[in-house]
Amino acid sequence: MTTLLTITPWPAVSAGILLILLVAALYFARDTAHQAIQAAAAALAHGLRVASHSVIHAQARLAARNREVLLAAGREAKERVVEREFIRIADTVRKDLSGYPDMHRRLSEAIRRIEEDQEKAVEVPPEVPGWAQAVEVVANLDAHNAGAEILSDIHKSMLKAHAEAMDVYRKASSERHSLLRRMMPDWRLIQETLGRVNRSVESVIGRSQAIDRHMQEYETIVRGEDQAVSVLSSSSIVYFFVSALVLAVATAGTAVNFTLIARPMAEMVGGTNYIGTWRTADIAALVIIMVEISMGLFLMESLRITRLFPVIGALSDKMRVRMMITTFMILLLMASIEAGLAYMREVLLLDEMATNALLRGDSTGALVNSHLWITTAAQMGMGFVLPFALVFVAIPLETFVHSLRTVVGLLGIAMLQALALLLRLLANASRHLGGIARRLYDLPLFVPLWIETRLRSAAHPANAPGSVAGKSWKEART
Amino acid sequence: MKRNLVWFAAAPVLLAAALWLGACAPSPPRNTGVYLLVDTSGSYNRQVRKAEQITLYALTRLQSSDSIAVARIDTGSFTEKDIIAKATFDDRPSTANQQKRAFASHVEKFIDQSAPAQYTDITGGLLQAIEFLNEKHTARKEILILSDMKEELAKGYVRDIPLDLRGFDVVALNVTKLRTDNFDPRQYLARLDEWRGRVEKGGGHWRVINDLDRLDGLL
Repeated sequence: MTTLLTITPWPAVSAGILLILLVAALYFARDTAHQAIQAAAAALAHGLRVASHSVIHAQARLAARNREVLLAAGREAKERVVEREFIRIADTVRKDLSGYPDMHRRLSEAIRRIEEDQEKAVEVPPEVPGWAQAVEVVANLDAHNAGAEILSDIHKSMLKAHAEAMDVYRKASSERHSLLRRMMPDWRLIQETLGRVNRSVESVIGRSQAIDRHMQEYETIVRGEDQAVSVLSSSSIVYFFVSALVLAVATAGTAVNFTLIARPMAEMVGGTNYIGTWRTADIAALVIIMVEISMGLFLMESLRITRLFPVIGALSDKMRVRMMITTFMILLLMASIEAGLAYMREVLLLDEMATNALLRGDSTGALVNSHLWITTAAQMGMGFVLPFALVFVAIPLETFVHSLRTVVGLLGIAMLQALALLLRLLANASRHLGGIARRLYDLPLFVPLWIETRLRSAAHPANAPGSVAGKSWKEART
Repeated sequence: MKRNLVWFAAAPVLLAAALWLGACAPSPPRNTGVYLLVDTSGSYNRQVRKAEQITLYALTRLQSSDSIAVARIDTGSFTEKDIIAKATFDDRPSTANQQKRAFASHVEKFIDQSAPAQYTDITGGLLQAIEFLNEKHTARKEILILSDMKEELAKGYVRDIPLDLRGFDVVALNVTKLRTDNFDPRQYLARLDEWRGRVEKGGGHWRVINDLDRLDGLL
């Protein structure tokens, strides 16, 4: 630089010459430089726009894929619901129809008994005494005293017959009443049976209405309507957060479980062995908990509560029951081991406390609290119960896995949208930066550009203001 | 869905593989070795009782697989015979606790029966401590010296030997002042400086703790 300033004996003059040369060079290279700047800015903007379009396409593909997955998941879930409803209806119908012959027989018998009793209970009118005409004849006899005696005898006989008839009538009425009383249980039986039938029919009607509703929703899903996608999407997000919350609680339970068994595991596998940077005892405790969770998953699969492993779901019922029993037995064994380890933990803790108290010379530290058995029992109880409680982790885990796909898809779409927007903004910015760069290039050339404008306006005075010739300078100024 | 399940099933296998690979790599030692030298010379024998306090403190701080030894400093300390008690604690915490109790009892017996020595061979004790701890291959090596740090060698004992104390922490505990130190404290300071120089020249780290009620930072 200093050498350049020595081209003349006066540095200021040298600098002035150099400046003029530089401005002249820039002026002559102006068109080429402008084209280069414009080309570079346009290329960058174009590249960014292409990238933005590409990201938008990727986002659209991801959205379509997410939609397909969501609809497929919704279809599958709805099929499960409808299947379950059909199974319930089948159960109801099977239960009622299996009892139908018996119910029909009982109803028929009850009705027959009622009919028989009703026939028996028909009231028979007492016979009209046949002596009335005989009495009339005797009364018309023309004989003194003889007729009176006969009448008196007849009167007595009639009184006696009346008394007997009344007895028979009362007895018959009593029998009729008893027959009517005997009908009551049959009426009640009929009423109860019909009530049961009514309830079953109502249940079937209710289930069929639910199936109708589910089928309508299923149809909207099959048709791939936006409303169905929207509902499924929001449901997925809700399921995701709820299952994540439950899994967080389960993780806390696992941590408690780990604390219970980590210390006694050191007694079994050694307290100072390491695998990598982890203590072997800690890994062993974690493995036990993981095995318990795995057994819980298999148990839930065998019970067909979850459907994470299609292989288990496709097993025969006999095999599934065997698997269920096996996994439950392993779980029971693990829970018993954990309870034992929890007890061992308490024993070790007491031993350590006693040793530390002895080493510290603290006589009170070694005293044993008489209520310590409560803590021990609580620890053992927790050690036994927690493995079974962790079995239910399978349910939120399944929901989490299923909803995670949708949530990750939605997050991906949002990120791609943001990226596309950013790329588009950058494309616009690069285009504008090209314009700014051109104007910055022209800034030191204001003198030659002004001269050029003057010369052009002198050459074409008619077009001076706002003319084509004036455009270059105007362009340079703007 | 199937892909998710494949990953879900593959995760434990990958974890197991990672653990197996981790297990194959030899894990560095993490244990601690402590060697306590107790000065039994005539000028310091009254302070020996404090060795029990330090031993018990060390025992509370040590864990399974750690090593500890208590040795006396007498006329000629570079010998295994001067080791009063030594132990490497078992992997199992319950056994380690039993060992700690037995160790504490052993040290207590020694202190009750300790007899004063004529000379003070601190260097010999240090050499013995270095040998012991190097054999144990502990990750952390601590040599505790309960002494006034005044070395007095019997005739014929050569102790002008450089100490290889790389990786060792040497802690002088309860360095009492001698009667002559009271007349001229420079002797006391010079004594400590000399030991600091020897330890640091050997690559070790030197510390002095005179307040035995504040042993918190010791181990």
